[in-house]
Order: sequence, then C-alpha cells, then structure tokens
Amino acid sequence: MIGQLIIEGLAIGACYGLFAIAVVIIYKTSEVVNFAQGEMAMLSTFIAFHILNYYHYPFWLAFILTMAFAILLGVLIEFLFLRPAKHPSLLGLIVITLGAEMLLMGLAGWKWGAEQKEFVVPMSYQVTHEPFPGMIINDWAIAVFITAALVMVLLFLFFKYTKLGIAMRATQQNQHAAKIMGIRVERVFSIAWGFSSLIGTIAAMFFASRSTLDPGFMLEPFLRAFAAAVLGGLMSIPGVFIGGELLGLIENFFGYVWPEWKPIVAFVVIILVLCIRPSGLFAKHYVKKV
Amino acid sequence: MDMKRDYFEDVQLFESNVVLFWSVALMLLLFAIPFFAPKYYIFLLNIVMVHVILAVGLNVLVGYTGQISLGHAGFFAIGAYGTALLMLKLQIPFVVALLFAGFIAAFFGFLLGLPALRLEGPYLAVASLGFGLAIMHVIGHWQFFGGRTGILAPPLDIGIPQLNASFILQTDAQKYYLILVVAILMVIAARNIMKTRVGRSFVAIRDSDIAAEVIGINLTIYKTLAFAISAFYAGIAGGLFGFVLGFFDPFTFNMILSIIFLVMVVVGGLGSIAGPIMGAVLITYLQYSLLKNIAEVPVLGDFLVTVSSRWFSVMGLENINSIVLGLIMIGIVIFEPLGMYGIWIRIKKYWMTWPF
Repeated sequence: MIGQLIIEGLAIGACYGLFAIAVVIIYKTSEVVNFAQGEMAMLSTFIAFHILNYYHYPFWLAFILTMAFAILLGVLIEFLFLRPAKHPSLLGLIVITLGAEMLLMGLAGWKWGAEQKEFVVPMSYQVTHEPFPGMIINDWAIAVFITAALVMVLLFLFFKYTKLGIAMRATQQNQHAAKIMGIRVERVFSIAWGFSSLIGTIAAMFFASRSTLDPGFMLEPFLRAFAAAVLGGLMSIPGVFIGGELLGLIENFFGYVWPEWKPIVAFVVIILVLCIRPSGLFAKHYVKKV
Repeated sequence: MDMKRDYFEDVQLFESNVVLFWSVALMLLLFAIPFFAPKYYIFLLNIVMVHVILAVGLNVLVGYTGQISLGHAGFFAIGAYGTALLMLKLQIPFVVALLFAGFIAAFFGFLLGLPALRLEGPYLAVASLGFGLAIMHVIGHWQFFGGRTGILAPPLDIGIPQLNASFILQTDAQKYYLILVVAILMVIAARNIMKTRVGRSFVAIRDSDIAAEVIGINLTIYKTLAFAISAFYAGIAGGLFGFVLGFFDPFTFNMILSIIFLVMVVVGGLGSIAGPIMGAVLITYLQYSLLKNIAEVPVLGDFLVTVSSRWFSVMGLENINSIVLGLIMIGIVIFEPLGMYGIWIRIKKYWMTWPF
C-alpha cells in the first residue's frame, strides 16, 4: 500500500514539477509570475482536444500541432500584452497576467462550453505493470516519468550548451548587461514565454487525461505547481522539480489519511512554506537592497 | 490647485463649498432613487453598493498600503456565512451579528497579515489566493456551513426580535436604505482613516517599507492592521451581500470573484476614495447587467449571436463577460495605469488651467 501511494504521489508530483518548471522559466527570465500559465495550457489542451475529436487526426500529429500552437500562444501573449506596458509596477504585471487568464478562460468557455469533457491519450490508466510485488504502475505514470526525465535533460542541455540558452541565463542575471552584450532581451522574453507555454501544455495534457477537461480545470493545478515552485525556491529547475515531487508525496499521503481535506493540503503547504522559509527549501537566502 | 495651507484643510471632510454642495445633492439623489427607479435597478444598486464597500476596503490594502490580496472572496465569504450563522444558530440580532462577523473577518485578515510581513509581490498574491481557496473549500465541505448546497438567508430583521421589536426588511427598496446608510458610513470612515496617523503610516509603507521602518513605523502592527481593516470591510460587505441575494452558495466565493474585486480597485484607480467607488459601479454594472444580457443589446447583440453560432457556441456567449473583463484589465494597465480616477484628474486639470 505504501509503495502504491509513493508511486502515485511521485507520478502526480512529476506533473506538478513539470508545470512548475513552466512557471519558473518565465519567472527566471522576466521576473513575472504568470497567473495565466494554467489557462494558456488549458487553451492549448482544448486545441488538441478539438483536433482529435473533430478532425480525427492521429494523436502524435495532434500533439505536434498543439505544441506549435502552444509556442505561438506564449509568444503572442508576451508580445501583445506584456511588451506594450512600459515600466509596469508589480501589481500591474499581476493584473495583466490575471487579465490574460480571464480572457483565455472566456475564449475557451465561449468556444467549447463549460461542461466537462474527456481527454484521451494513448497512455491509459488501465494498462498496468507490476515490477515488484505490491507496486502497481500504470502506463500513464510511466509516460509522466519518461516525459519529465526527457524534459529535464533537454532543458539542462539547452541552458548549458546552446547559444539561446546561455542568452536566457545572461538575461536572467542582468538584463541591462545582457542588452549591452548584444542580446535582444525582448526576443529572449518572447522565446521564454513560448518555451514555458510548451512545457506547461505537456503537463496540462497529463492533468487533463487524469481528470477531465473544462475551462477551469487548470486553476488548482496551477496553484499546486506554484506551491511546488516555491518549495523548490523558484530559481533552480532541479530544485523546483524536487519540490513538485515532495508536494505530490505530501498530498497523496495526506489525502490517504483525510481524503476529504485533500484539496486544501497544497494551500496549507504554500502558506507554511512562505511563512517559514520564503526563499524555498533549496535556494540561498536573498537580501533586498535599499 | 490642490494646495493645502494648514493641517485642518488637509483633514476636513469637504474641501470646499462646491464639493459640499455636490455631495449633498448626490446624497439626496441616492435617497430619492427608490421612488422612481424600477425594481430591478434597485436590486442592481444593492449589489453595486455592497461592492463599493468591499472595493473601498480593498483599496485601503492595495492602493494605500501597497499589499496585494487575491483572497478577498475568502473574507467576503467569512462575513456572509458569519452573519447568517450567528443569526440562525445563536439567534443574535442582525446588527450585532453583522458587526461580529466583520470582526471575525478582521481576525482572519490579521492572520493573513502575518505571512505578509515576510512576503511581497507575487508571493503574497499567491499566499492570499491559497487562503481564499482554502476558505471556499472549508465552507463547501463542512456540513456545519451548509456544505455544497449552501444555506438560505434568514429574514433580515434589523430590530431585536427577543424584545418584540422586530422590524423585518422585505423589499429591495427597504434593504436599499440599510445598505446605503452602511455604505456611506463605511466610505466616510475609510476617508477619515486615511487622514489619520494610521493612514499616513499605510502610505509610508506603500512608498517604501524600509524607509517607513526607519522613521519609526512599526511594520508588524501597521501591515497586519491594514489587512484587518480591509478584511473588516470585506466582512461587512459579505454580510450584506448574502441578504441581497437571499441565499449563500459556497462556490460563488471563488478565485474569479477575488480577481473581480481586485479589478474594481485597479480600474477605478489605486490610492483614492473616489476611484474604487467608480470602479465598483462600472464593473458591477458590466458584470451583472450589460454583459449578462449582451445578446439583447440592439446591434452588437445580434452580431455576437451570429459570430457565436458561426465560429463559437451560442450557449457559451455568457463567457463574453470574462473576455471583456480580461481586456479591460490588460488595457487599463497598458493605457491608463491610474485608472478612472486618473482620467478624472486629467479632465479636472484641463478645465482648471484651461487656456494653458
């Protein structure tokens, strides 16, 4: 039983971790907490749903088309909504991303309605394996683990070895210096949004196949993923992923003991972590200069 | 043009006789509305005034103290359920129950203010968001609060039933006067708070909390106090809101409601009293009246229905509400960061300095 709880916790934790990475990529490069992250992923997942159910394309083609749409959506939102705002305050940035969230949620509701839909992926829950006695793992969980590992490795290589990845890190460390060195900072922001939208969409597809698809289905996963990101310190990508796994485990064990209060665990964790260690479990403490 | 020559000029309620005249005229108009307005508009005005109370309170926190809260639907819910349950379970008269619920909300505001001492910006936004959602889940799951189905509002009795002095408000017009009086008192109180030592401390914290601490403002006390005051306003507004609608549904107090509250303040204009009032009126009108019945608007409505049936779904047309709200939020930050109050100030300046 314990092994089962651990596997399920790790699987859902990996989803949180993936989505938290999407949050962190934007936060790292442009210091914006993107409240529209969940809804960007939601809209892209609806596009995948539409392609699958109305055009009956094979899943992998739909997947690739959706990824292209996700990147475009991320770039477009950055370009249309964030770039025109000149020197916005912190509150202004939050209001812009919240506005984008409402806009996307309204669009999806207008097009597909509010009723819950089933999102089917090839990796089903029904096919299970039992590598060790007492530990049942289904195809969905395996797919989550493989995707998460793949994304982590690719991101590591990207940030370490490619020109663009290094430019993104430079922008994160010092925007003005990066600009002087010839990096087009605005373009880097756009690319970061596109990237983040892509990773978020992958995570959202897993979430949607686990529960159901409706315009509000990413609201709470977003908050949980943000809790995971805060646990991991909002800065390092492996730290954030570990934060997601931790949160998944905590939630699953807590949910096993008190199933009724499972939805609240993440919020309690978020508030506790923010109170006790606002900089996260793994990050170094950051002192604000006057 | 707004030069203050002495302290009294800064703290007085009406800046000049012109302001006094128009304020009195506005009061008379507000008190006369139920005599000629249709019934539906009085219901709408009740909701507007509840939102005015809340927006003015939220502005104390967001506009004057510079803290962000996305959890005000939580305080709103605490006020609503607190008032109703105190009346239903303990048979406490309405006026006492409303005040008491306000103080319960203020206590929760104080609790949320504690993490705010160490957090800022997006962290605080998310922490308060989590708080609001947690409150919604607790109310929605606990049978004591009526669970999923919610509860019906008890009769709104502003007298004391135990002393046989009951005075039950039944029509919307009667409730209108109660809410109007409360709203006016709360708005004047907010304006006066901002002119005291406490209010100026809030503004100092907003402008720079480190500098404020250096000149001797106790951040612990004033930040939690700002949260408590703001939550008190939300609690009072929530207590009245339940009686306007007549029932309490736990899932109306969701994250979207918190966002809408924040939008009222931002659209109206941060750091002013008139701003949140204008914002609350505009957003509530859009939400509850214009956009809800968008299909019946003459030309635009037909156009939207055609567009919906061609590319979208007609059933989902009500979502135009959140689309417009989202566009307003983005537009106001990009084009007019000071909000409607900023536009008002610009117009005023233009006329007062006219040929120049």
